[in-house]
Amino acid sequence: MAEIDSTLEAMLVPYPDLVKKNRKKHLVVKDEAAACCPQIEANTRTIPGIISQRGCAYAGCKGVVVGPIKDMITITHGPVGCGYYSWGTRRNKARADDTTPKDKIFTQLCFITDMQEPDIVFGGEKKLARMIDEVVAAFHPRGINICATCPVGLIGDDINAVAKAAEERHGIQVLAYNCEGYKGVSQSAGHHIANNNLMEKVIGTGTERKIGKHVINLLGEYNIGGDGWELERILKEIGYTVNCVLTGDSSYLDIKNLHLADLNLVQCHRSINYIAEMMETKYGTPWLKVNFIGIDSTSQSLRQMAQCFGEEELVKQTEVVIERETARIAPVLEQYSKMLKGKTAFAIVGGSRSHHYQYLLRDLGMEMIIAGYEFAHRDDYEGRQVIPTIKSDADSKNIPELHLVADEKMYREAHVHLNMSKEKFDELKKAVPLNYYEGIYPNMKDGQVIIDDANHHEVEVLIRTAKPDLFLSGVRDKYIVHKMGVASKQLHAYDYSGPYAGYNGALNFARDVVNALTPPAWKLITPPWETTEEPRSETHA
Amino acid sequence: MLECIPETPVEHTTGKINPAKTCQPLGAMYAALGIHGCLPHSHGSQGCCAYHRMHLTRHFRDPVLASSSSFTEGASVFGGAANLKTSIKNVFAIYNPEIMAVHTTCLSETIGDDLPNIIKTADIPEGKSVIHVNTPSYHGSHITGFSGMCKAMVSYLAQSDGATKKSQMNVLPGFVNPGDMREIRRIVDALGVNMIMFPDTSNVLDTPLTSKYQMYPDGGATVAEIRDAGNSEVTLALGSFASHDAAEVLQDKCGVTGIPLKLPIGIKATDDFIMAVKDWFGVEIPASLTLERGQVVDTLIDTHFHYQGKRVAVFGDPDHVIALTEFLLAMGMIPVYVLTGTPGKAFEAEIRKMLEEAGITGSRVKAEGDLFELQQWIKEAPVDLLIGTSYGKYIARAEDVPFVRFGFPILDRAVHPLMPVVGYRGCLRLIEQISNALLERRDRDCLDEDFELVL
Repeated sequence: MAEIDSTLEAMLVPYPDLVKKNRKKHLVVKDEAAACCPQIEANTRTIPGIISQRGCAYAGCKGVVVGPIKDMITITHGPVGCGYYSWGTRRNKARADDTTPKDKIFTQLCFITDMQEPDIVFGGEKKLARMIDEVVAAFHPRGINICATCPVGLIGDDINAVAKAAEERHGIQVLAYNCEGYKGVSQSAGHHIANNNLMEKVIGTGTERKIGKHVINLLGEYNIGGDGWELERILKEIGYTVNCVLTGDSSYLDIKNLHLADLNLVQCHRSINYIAEMMETKYGTPWLKVNFIGIDSTSQSLRQMAQCFGEEELVKQTEVVIERETARIAPVLEQYSKMLKGKTAFAIVGGSRSHHYQYLLRDLGMEMIIAGYEFAHRDDYEGRQVIPTIKSDADSKNIPELHLVADEKMYREAHVHLNMSKEKFDELKKAVPLNYYEGIYPNMKDGQVIIDDANHHEVEVLIRTAKPDLFLSGVRDKYIVHKMGVASKQLHAYDYSGPYAGYNGALNFARDVVNALTPPAWKLITPPWETTEEPRSETHA
Repeated sequence: MLECIPETPVEHTTGKINPAKTCQPLGAMYAALGIHGCLPHSHGSQGCCAYHRMHLTRHFRDPVLASSSSFTEGASVFGGAANLKTSIKNVFAIYNPEIMAVHTTCLSETIGDDLPNIIKTADIPEGKSVIHVNTPSYHGSHITGFSGMCKAMVSYLAQSDGATKKSQMNVLPGFVNPGDMREIRRIVDALGVNMIMFPDTSNVLDTPLTSKYQMYPDGGATVAEIRDAGNSEVTLALGSFASHDAAEVLQDKCGVTGIPLKLPIGIKATDDFIMAVKDWFGVEIPASLTLERGQVVDTLIDTHFHYQGKRVAVFGDPDHVIALTEFLLAMGMIPVYVLTGTPGKAFEAEIRKMLEEAGITGSRVKAEGDLFELQQWIKEAPVDLLIGTSYGKYIARAEDVPFVRFGFPILDRAVHPLMPVVGYRGCLRLIEQISNALLERRDRDCLDEDFELVL
């Protein structure tokens, strides 16, 4: 404990005073003796000049939430860069299905208005409108998203008016997202903007409930490396009807019908909790925070889901699948775990992932000694009970909040959604943490560190001093960490592997971690002529 | 693959679908990494910096460090001066570079931040430098941004100490890989001429793994070297889009003669590069280079039947595509579609002239094009080979065309940043890649009875 405190203290030394004061508030060391999580500062501005991992609102809106919707065309309104960088780089897989044929999948394409200087001076609305017309004529998408980049808001292009006029011309929905990169303090602002628009304009406009029992949505699952597909495999086998995975491999048609499900599952709390909460308000749909990363956590999530529906057959089938899947992977996993037991990791990634991977690492006998998020809020660290106490500031105030009320026709109480009596539902609430997320802190162990919006300097110091066996982060850190002689894996792009979710995912992850730690080349770093050992034989000199 | 793409031509006059360029700041950031001890700085919202670092990292698979002014809405309304000044203070205090190279973004450009004045009034530690370039994303491409940062190096740093020039030359290598820059240096060393190359990302973005991480690796042109570039006799500016502007500024500012050349990709462009050095400095060409050249000619004759007469589509950055097209013509191939995403009519004129000289008619040539259009052309009349960046792999798969990766970015294959395509060695590598791609296809598609051991 004292050791880590002094490490953190030393890490802050080179900072100018203001930076030091600021960064101190973003660090927490877990103290098991303390009653609750100390307040951690999060979702506040990154200090200019600090090499942060954070991206922008556009990245959160287009890149994370709306980009993966496969049958919509997403037009980035702006100069060329933003759309280009978010093209094909997040590995959200998509494929044809019963309602979406191959020629209605547009996610491998990149559409940009490519604003030029005259557009900045005279406005880009006409260009945007014309591009929409051409795209509709050429591709016939089911809907269009328009994502704004920085200059759009500054020059005052009214993308909402362009969208409305285009809707009237073409008879399809055209959604405008004011997700300019300067909004908020990170990607997180963009998640919220995307959630608002989907909630306000799309969810609830469909009328087709999927045929089948136990209809669920999986929110905040983006099908990176096929995670969503692995989860659908498990869920369908247990007997669930998967209404929509939001937004990995999702279709516009499914999102329209999102409200016609009995239960919302929330995988990535940070990016999608707004929709979960708003649907609870408007439709009464209960939500359950799940974690499908890790074997025990997947099984626990499945059991909690089964409890939510309270049907004997479902509970039974859940146990059958858990039993079979865990037995199937156990022998291989055991081999991997032998090699990984006792190893340590850092994870500084996203806004929910570090928590998810704590469980999977523990399944493999590893510990995450330092955990951080790029763009989390306090509730992701401390739990949702702190939400009412979070003070809004100038940066959070400019993200609109939707103030929804219960829908007159479609609101049903949670127990009605779950087809159980009020009494039984009250019992359920005691057993299962519905509509709640506890954050990462409770699951951490004494002396482990939380770090919010970690920057390059801090990562470098912590690796040198705490020397983890494995660093889990994004591609920007990956090669820095390699140069320091430490193995590193990308937890955004999975180093182009996956799935990592569910039971098969756990196996893939374990294999990839073993592979990351064991390349023979780690032993080749020092050339033989630089070793200090005794010479192997007499020289011929 | 890409079943949504219409089979027949459609109206596409507005915006880009599957762009073949990206924005200026990325090029400025890459160029800045070619200065020793430099931290590139992105003056805008932190998303820009995150995207550029991500993209460069994916191509080079090496650390790319850069800082950001981290604009929020307040800075966007009231101007980013305070953010930049705070950044300069924090960067030198925490990351201690020799030099900060600031580029703007469409955000700071649209609000009109006056960078020269902000930098002038900023607190810069003694002995350290801050340079800047305006890189509005709504103009040009990443190549324009690269060119702009090269110009900024000259206008901020290069100095002439008098009329007497040193017997040394500058080389502006263009937006090429560190492996290419190493190869240029090897050739120039063989010629025995003193050279200042800037930017130079060799030993910055192709560093060894030693377990001893250096935030500022050993490579890169030092500030002192770039300053001394004003005392050189001559500048070889490789690539009209990426390098010519900086050479012109250097000529105007310091009286260093600028010689515009193509990127030395292909036998003729490499010949031109070597002859330019020979003509200026009167050096003898070493036998080693003559041998390398002879090997290329030998290979071209020995393997011509692998590729001669094949129809090829090429896309990428303008300087790369211009030089490569020249080489493809020397290989006896027929460039039927030649496209760059970067705007510039000079590109079209130069390619057309080469095609005309080779007696090739009917090719489509386009600057400021996109890959959707290229795919539509290929659907209309197919090609035997596609050459371009990783983004071409979708077209290659959808249209079932052999594919050679070339240029920037290559995100789905490794090692390429270390392997030169410039110089005579680069010729051999290109011949091998092109030949292999076509032969792999022949082996894949032929009947069993036509499957042969020797090709």
